[in-house]
Amino acid sequence: MRTARAGLALTHLEALEAEAIHVIREVASELERPVLLFSGGKDSIVLAHLARKAFRPGHVPFALMHVDTGHNFPEVLAFRDRFAAELGIELLVASVQESIDAGRVVEETGARASRNRLQTTTLLDAIEAHGFDAAFGGARRDEERARAKERIFSFRDDFGQWDPRRQRPELWNIYNGRVRRGEHVRVFPISNWTELDVWEYIAGEGLELPSIYFAHERDVFARDGMLYAVSDHVVLLDGEAPARASVRYRTVGDMSCTGAVRSTAATLEEVVGEIAATRITERGETRADDRVSEAAMEDRKREGYF
Amino acid sequence: MADLLRLATAGSVDDGKSTLIGRLLYDAKAVLADQLEHVEQVSARRGTPFDLALLTDGLRAEREQGITIDVAYRPFATARRRFIIADTPGHAQYTRNMVTGASTADLALILVDVRGGMTEQSRRHTAIAKLLGIRHVVVCVNKMDLAGYAEEAFDAIVREVLEWSARLDLHDVAFIPISALHGDNVVDRSETMPWYGGEPLLAHLETVPLDRAEGPARLPVQYVIRAERRLYAGQVASGALRVGDEIAVLPGGERSRVAAIEGPAGPLEEAAAPLSVAIALEDELDVSRGDLIAPVAAAPAPVRELTATLCWLGDEPARPGGRYLLKHAARTVRAKLDTIEHRLDLEALERTPAAELALNDLARVRLRLGEPLAADPYAESRATGAFILIDDATNDTVAAGMVEG
Repeated sequence: MRTARAGLALTHLEALEAEAIHVIREVASELERPVLLFSGGKDSIVLAHLARKAFRPGHVPFALMHVDTGHNFPEVLAFRDRFAAELGIELLVASVQESIDAGRVVEETGARASRNRLQTTTLLDAIEAHGFDAAFGGARRDEERARAKERIFSFRDDFGQWDPRRQRPELWNIYNGRVRRGEHVRVFPISNWTELDVWEYIAGEGLELPSIYFAHERDVFARDGMLYAVSDHVVLLDGEAPARASVRYRTVGDMSCTGAVRSTAATLEEVVGEIAATRITERGETRADDRVSEAAMEDRKREGYF
Repeated sequence: MADLLRLATAGSVDDGKSTLIGRLLYDAKAVLADQLEHVEQVSARRGTPFDLALLTDGLRAEREQGITIDVAYRPFATARRRFIIADTPGHAQYTRNMVTGASTADLALILVDVRGGMTEQSRRHTAIAKLLGIRHVVVCVNKMDLAGYAEEAFDAIVREVLEWSARLDLHDVAFIPISALHGDNVVDRSETMPWYGGEPLLAHLETVPLDRAEGPARLPVQYVIRAERRLYAGQVASGALRVGDEIAVLPGGERSRVAAIEGPAGPLEEAAAPLSVAIALEDELDVSRGDLIAPVAAAPAPVRELTATLCWLGDEPARPGGRYLLKHAARTVRAKLDTIEHRLDLEALERTPAAELALNDLARVRLRLGEPLAADPYAESRATGAFILIDDATNDTVAAGMVEG
């Protein structure tokens, strides 16, 4: 049991954790059917862990939902299932493949095809089918230009669309999550956390992560300045030669659009050390989906993306 | 480990606010290579010199028009402290976004162009910073390079600002002469202004003391956790709660003692603001979301009417008789706008009568509540003195409110 510390000043991680737990509890109280969007990536792992803390020793009053593109890393899928079971939280899976089969979306073609953008339709359909009025996401403001502008409670209309010109005022820590039938609010409890904060929290809490975050041997090839894994979901172009390398992943996205980073950092300490010394942002180094245009993320959010 | 300082920037767009932030991040090595590359590419594409402001303007419309529309939050860290900069818009039409960014700030960073002095916007923003209770204000007198780095020019601005801040009753104001464009006194001490004996901006930000939310304990109940025993979960809004404290549950007034405190890492003897905790009481009382737990010896008296300062954020004007929802901490009650006592003119610092409130107006009003509410004056406790008004028909947040003593 901790006794009172002199001054009781909080470290920045404690302050950020307190804010996140406050946000999560507000959603559970004011919205009727929340869901936690879970990718198996480090941010959503931290989010689920924070949700566990927010309601302990009671149960978490919402489920996890994974929008499965069918192009996920198998290691992440295995981790996802085990994680949900251990935390005792229900796991829902919304399938992009099913959306394709049902004719809801059309698969991209070509060597650079990705299912990233298709997720939006699957996500919105799932939200509508389950009647969710709030969806937690692990997005952070330091990740990307458009995310830096988004409220913690980000209102989406009944098309899931984000209108950056008409965001609700968000004062102090008083959140207005009121929505009409058919609308929902996206909530980002770790908005103010940086990539390094997330890693330091994971290290401090001793959280387990999917193995791909740590250095391992993999067959990769270079394309557009990034290193991609060889898999059934990518087609090699002329001149692209796979080679075995020691790599790790800094972010978890689809195998078809997530770049690997050359690294031998095999432990949490080593990974944190590399991140602290890094000169490139998380998404800049690894996400091809952000490079499509200057406003790629903003455009996707306007359409209803995470 | 470092603590966290939230700061909000304000000032007219032409005063170089975005450039200052870009410079701060750049010189503190908090901007990463790909972000810089992006700025280079966009600047080159536009045929403009390397524009640091591009680091923070994030929306398509902003980059196209070259202005800030909404708040951008930029976290960064130095060895001494972790920061979040809320870069807020300068245009009056985006005041509601500026107020959003400033409401959580510990420090306001106001930018003034040394050649032009305070503008209507920077006067307004300083007044809003005062109203929101931001304790620390730093005025950066910018573009010193265009005034020959002259001390007289700086002093003239200091005098002008001090005159204004005295009228606002705002006293903790620091002044730093800078050039955001050239980097003087932002992170590194300027060699061109030897007459300035104070710290550069970053050093000042790293050392300004953080306010603790002191005062009597306040725990607004957000959520009731039902397990083997009932736990009342919430974020400590002010002061500190200890196991054994005699408390009252407001607005009802029933009393008990704190039996246990569950913190994020396990049981605690004591929990101070802003920790999120869950507490158990010795007695089985009927406690629900929206109740406020406070020490018996210092509990706010519930009221059905209150006087408050409002910043109107809604598109539709507010008129006496208007009905809204009022959300205060974790409690939502019905409220009626009884009277508009006066509008606050931030230019002339005058009180003028008003029949209605339009977007961006500030006013002192009386509200009548549908149920009793236990609140503190905002000047004593930001977290339990603040509220918002919601329009039930549109779900929009239409006002930011601060309870008067």
